[in-house]
Amino acid sequence: MTDRIWRLGFASRFMLMTLLYSGTALKRFQLTMREIYFTGVLSLIIILVSGLFVGMVLGLQGYDTLQRYGSSEALGILVALSLVRELGPVVAALLFASRAGSAITAEIGLMKATEQLSAMEMMAVNPIARVVAPRFWAGVISMPLLAALFSAMGVLGGYVVGVQLIGVDEGSFWSQMQAAVDFRQDILNGVIKSFVFGVIVSWIAVFEGYDADPTAEGVSRATTRTVVTSSLAILAADFVLTAFMFRGI
Amino acid sequence: MNRAVIDLWVGFFVALGLAALLFLALKVGNLSSTDVGQTYNLQAHFDNIGGLKVRAPVKSAGVVVGRVGEIRFDPETYTAKVAMQIDTRYQFPRDTFATINTSGLLGEQYVGFEVGGDPDMLKSGEVIKKTQSAMVLEKLISQFMFSKAAEDEVKK
Repeated sequence: MTDRIWRLGFASRFMLMTLLYSGTALKRFQLTMREIYFTGVLSLIIILVSGLFVGMVLGLQGYDTLQRYGSSEALGILVALSLVRELGPVVAALLFASRAGSAITAEIGLMKATEQLSAMEMMAVNPIARVVAPRFWAGVISMPLLAALFSAMGVLGGYVVGVQLIGVDEGSFWSQMQAAVDFRQDILNGVIKSFVFGVIVSWIAVFEGYDADPTAEGVSRATTRTVVTSSLAILAADFVLTAFMFRGI
Repeated sequence: MNRAVIDLWVGFFVALGLAALLFLALKVGNLSSTDVGQTYNLQAHFDNIGGLKVRAPVKSAGVVVGRVGEIRFDPETYTAKVAMQIDTRYQFPRDTFATINTSGLLGEQYVGFEVGGDPDMLKSGEVIKKTQSAMVLEKLISQFMFSKAAEDEVKK
C-alpha cells in the first residue's frame, strides 16, 4: 500500500519534471514531430477503421431500437451525440493507450534496460527533456485529433448504414443531427475530454517506461501496466468529466 | 526515416484531424446556424412560461427568427419577463401576438409570433403587449373535468 502511494508521489514529481523540462521539446519541435509521427500518424489506420465500424454498428443498433417508437429519423442524433460526447473520446483513447501508449512504455523501458538513459546523463543530456517530454507532448497533441477523426468517421459510418443501406431519410438525418448537437456543449466538451485523456495516457505511458525494472521481464510488466492502468484511468476520468459537463442543465 | 517525409506525414495528420473537427463543427454540430448575425431586443411578459428555456428558438410562421435571451421573474407584476434577440432582418408590427408553443406533443417549447396588421413596427427594447402563456396540461385537464362535471349537474 505504501509502495503504491510512493509510486503515485514519484509519478506526480515525474510529471512536474516533464512539464518543467518541456522547453527543449517545444523549442526543438523536430523531436516532438518525430514522435507525433510514431504515435499519431501510425495510429491513423486503427482509429479510422474502428471509428467507421463503431459508427456502422451504432447505425444498425440505433435504427433497430428507434424504429419501434417510429422515430427512426432521430438516428442521426443518436449516432452523432453518442460518438461526439462519449464513444469518440473514450474508445479512441483506449485504442491509443494500447496502440501507442504500450509502444512508448516499451521503448523508454528498453532504453533504460540497455542503459541508454544513463549514457545520456553521462553526456550531460537530460533524458527527461530529450526522451520523455517529446513523447509526452506528442501524445497530448495527437489524442484530440485522433478522437475528432474517430467521431467524424463514426458519423460517416452511421450515415452509410442508416441512410444508404437502411434508407432513413437523408435530409432529416442531417438536419435533426445539426439541430441537436451543440458546438460548445457537445463538440468542445468532447475535445476537452480527449485532451484530458491524452494527458493521462501519455503521462502513464512515459512514467511506466521510465520507472520500469531494467530487465526484459520488467519492461514487459511495465507495458502491461500501462495498458491496464490507462484504460481504468480513462474510464474513471470519463465519469468525473461527464458528471461535470453534462448534468442536464 | 527522412526528416522531410516525417514532416509531410505529420502535416497530413494534423490537417486531417483539423478537417475532422471542422466537419464535426459545421456538418454535425450547429455552429453554422446558431448565431443569426445582428439582433435587436424585444421583451414580453408571460403569466406562465411552462418549460421555456434560455436559447430556445423564436419562430414566426415556423421559421426561426431569433432566440430567447433571458428569462426573469418580475416581482412587481408577478409575471415572467422574457427578453428575446430577434434578427434585424425581420421587423414585426406593434400588435404582434407572442405565444408559447410546444413543437410536437412532447417536444421543446418555443416562442411563436403571430403577426398583426399594425403599420408601426416594434423597435428595439419595446415590449410586446399581447401574449399567451404556455399551455399547462394539468390545468387543461382539470378545466375539462370541471366543465364535464358542471354539464352533468345541469342534466340532473
